[in-house]
Amino acid sequence: MTRLNVLFHEMVPDHQIMTPEEVAKLLADYDITEEHLPKMYHDDPAVKACGAKPGMIICITRKSQTAGEATSYRLVVRRPKK
Amino acid sequence: MTSPKRIGKIEFGLLSPKSIRDMSVCKVIWPDTYDDDGFPYPKGLMDPSLGVIDPGLRCKTCGQKQGDCPGHFGHIDLAKPVIHVGYTRLIRKLLRVTCRECGRLLLDKDEIERFSALEDDPYSAETIGEKDIKKERICPYCGDQQFKINFEKPTSFVEVVTESGENGKIHKTEHKLTSADIRERLEKIPDDDLRLLGIDPTVARPEWTILTVLPVPPVTVRPSIILENGQRSEDDLTHKLVDIIRINQRFKENQDAGAPQLIIEDLWELLQYHVTTYLDNEVAGCPPARHRSGRPLKTLSQRLKGKDGRFRGSLSGKRVNFSSRTVISPDPNLSIGEVGVPLAIANEMSVPVRVTKQNIEDIRSMIRIGPNRPTLRDPCGANYVSRPDGRRIRLISGPDGNCDTVAEMVESGWKIDRQLRDDDIVLFNRQPSLHRMSIMSHRIKVMNGRTFRLNPAVCPPYNADFDGDEMNLHVPQTEEARAEAELLVAVQENILSPRFGGPIIGGLHDHISGIFLLTNQVKWYTKSQFLYLLKYTSMEHLPEPGKIEDDIPYWSNKQAFSMILPDSVNMFYKATCCRNCDPCTKDTNCPHDAYVKIVDGQLISGTIDKKSVGAMDGAILNRIIRLHGMKRAREYIDDLTKLSIRAIMFNGFSYGINDTDLGKEEYKQIRDVLDKAEADVAQRINVYEQGHLEPMPGRTQEETLEMQVMKELGKARDRTGEIASRHLGFENSAVVMAVSGARGSMLNMAQMAGCIGQQAVRGERIVRGYEDRTLPHFKRGDKGSDAHGFVRNSYKSGLTPTEFFFHAIGGREGLVDTAVRTSQSGYLQRRMINALQDLKVAYDGTVRSTGGKIIQFKYGEDGTDPAKSASGLPVDVKGIAESVLKEAV
Repeated sequence: MTRLNVLFHEMVPDHQIMTPEEVAKLLADYDITEEHLPKMYHDDPAVKACGAKPGMIICITRKSQTAGEATSYRLVVRRPKK
Repeated sequence: MTSPKRIGKIEFGLLSPKSIRDMSVCKVIWPDTYDDDGFPYPKGLMDPSLGVIDPGLRCKTCGQKQGDCPGHFGHIDLAKPVIHVGYTRLIRKLLRVTCRECGRLLLDKDEIERFSALEDDPYSAETIGEKDIKKERICPYCGDQQFKINFEKPTSFVEVVTESGENGKIHKTEHKLTSADIRERLEKIPDDDLRLLGIDPTVARPEWTILTVLPVPPVTVRPSIILENGQRSEDDLTHKLVDIIRINQRFKENQDAGAPQLIIEDLWELLQYHVTTYLDNEVAGCPPARHRSGRPLKTLSQRLKGKDGRFRGSLSGKRVNFSSRTVISPDPNLSIGEVGVPLAIANEMSVPVRVTKQNIEDIRSMIRIGPNRPTLRDPCGANYVSRPDGRRIRLISGPDGNCDTVAEMVESGWKIDRQLRDDDIVLFNRQPSLHRMSIMSHRIKVMNGRTFRLNPAVCPPYNADFDGDEMNLHVPQTEEARAEAELLVAVQENILSPRFGGPIIGGLHDHISGIFLLTNQVKWYTKSQFLYLLKYTSMEHLPEPGKIEDDIPYWSNKQAFSMILPDSVNMFYKATCCRNCDPCTKDTNCPHDAYVKIVDGQLISGTIDKKSVGAMDGAILNRIIRLHGMKRAREYIDDLTKLSIRAIMFNGFSYGINDTDLGKEEYKQIRDVLDKAEADVAQRINVYEQGHLEPMPGRTQEETLEMQVMKELGKARDRTGEIASRHLGFENSAVVMAVSGARGSMLNMAQMAGCIGQQAVRGERIVRGYEDRTLPHFKRGDKGSDAHGFVRNSYKSGLTPTEFFFHAIGGREGLVDTAVRTSQSGYLQRRMINALQDLKVAYDGTVRSTGGKIIQFKYGEDGTDPAKSASGLPVDVKGIAESVLKEAV
């Protein structure tokens, strides 16, 4: 069975797994720890599609009405049951 | 000041019977409070060891006075255990997931393993629920058959015991579980199994949800009040506790006397009822306990819940000092940044002032005036004087007063509470405070009268009108608060709304009509007329006259408006009164004078109306803010309101019933149009009834007919409007208001003069009412226009009884819609604010919660403050181009 890769859908913004160096720079730039980042669940279709595991940080670049293009960063976490 | 501490964790547990007894200072057994002499019964509900509520007495337990003694718990030993209503769900779950015999969790080792494998985090919310256990299975440990447990509201549990009879028939017997049975079962659940269920057995054993001993709250929690006639009136909780003790004692007596089972069960149920309503008097399936007067009692849960409960009412909701409230009324002579305050309020409210060497003489004179400032013109007085040791002296005026003596005593370092005077800064607010412009700071103008006065141009941000609205006023008490009020909260700083990046303050109603009447087409004024218009504005010099005829100088209306504009304004746009002609003449030749052209602050052509000066539009105001800032913008609004009010008074502006009159010819035309439309509708109905109607794609014949009828009647109504407006010109006030955008529309005019038109419910013709017809005045199945809510009369000509009824139906729908909308949006607002209230933009441009967690990496993704944006965009390109080029772009 061929599965749809959600990342190729035009309405799904670009998800990129960040390298440890990028992560270190990100955390230093904002003077934060990983805990301060917004989260997303490990079973999110986009997370599954790009192969990220809990603990990784994903850089999302999406179109923005106000700024043209906006980036945000999310920490992948396990989804708690219920 | 104590340093703030961070909460590490919060543990929720249950009170065990042992801890209830340990903290209890008194076993309460007497079901009454005070005896006939007014002394509390020992071991009664007002036992002196439970705390003190009478001033002067000392607590029997801790020896402290009233106010210092926090009160002490007592307890009641219940004759039999009863269920705590708050835990019925937990009890149900536990009964269903554990064995009825051995108390173990109804899962074998492998299943438990699966669940615990998921749990790497000890605080995870992943617990075993009812759904994880199959119904009516056999216990994997003791092999006992399990049965279905039914929960019956509010507090009873029934076990459905199934037994297979001799010939394979299944017998079902319902067996009611008593609280004692349930407690016994819960006691058997092992600690390890409880942990799997998400319960920490060290702080919450499940059997503690079944009460065997009831804590009696201290009297300080339920103080009795003494009424004016000297009678004591007890708190609702005390009343309820009396009930519980009375039943409990009777229960015990019956039990000891060996009463029959039936009576015991009845008493047990009664005790359960009283304990239930004591904890929560709004349980589903349980009649609320009532006061003698029939009012439901306010018991424990009711004290906490809801809008007036402890959380929303007492903890989140605060009352404040230094505030006042009264009716508002308009005063166009005030600046938008001012508020008129009645003398009575200005005398009552105060600002603290520290006495220094520099101001001591002023302070002395204020103290001498004292608390009663007789008239507006007098300098302000003072209400209190505070000495450095914290003593406060209340100033009393008159011959017996202390003003003069205190004035002599005062020295540097003291503080006085000075009365409000002109130019003090205050916060002004109107509820509901839906956005930040609902609280703005104004400068005071002390006035006669009893109402707050404000410039009508600041009504839009407060959403205020003068039909009896009241507003609140707060006086900032510190230097920091005053600085913030002036720099951030001032009206002039809030002209631009963060909602759409444009001015929210501006002219309304008569301002727009007035400025429209002034600037439309070209008019010439003599010197005295010109000065009449502009004498209250900040004009300094008379400009060169626009023309001189017969040696008499004349100034144009456009010049009059240009007087209030800064010189650097260059704007080119179409006004509200633009009719969108095709082709547009552009530039200065517009027949309706709708093309606004402002060069170097001079209005060359065009009419100033809603688009130029209206609240939430205000194109010119917006440009002035960008060019010259907030202060100049405020001055412009002040000038504008004064000029426009003068302009509308120049000729006067009114509306009467005869302004809706049309000519004979027009009435005939309207009649013809409506007759033709009704005939047309009748003809279509005829076609439909014969079945010849061609349905539109995707619709039934009936739907097609309805649509055609609606369209036809709508068109007829519009045509009557056209006929009416052909007759009515700018000499008609309603036309002026509609065209300028001040109030109302051409549709409203058409309804007054021409025809009201089709009344609709949910966008369809009115069909509800009797069987196959809307009213008994029509034949069954009549599809005609008059039978389904077409009103062919105008408001002027008057409605027939059936028309009136249909009109009321349509009108009611509008009212219901608004009522529903406000309640829903209010709730949405509450939820939004609760979720967003603590977020702030940090210095690095990120939006963060109080914990420093990032919500947004850049505020609004572009980091732009919408209140400082040009209608949402970071740069106003068109405005800059127009300013530089001085021509339309």
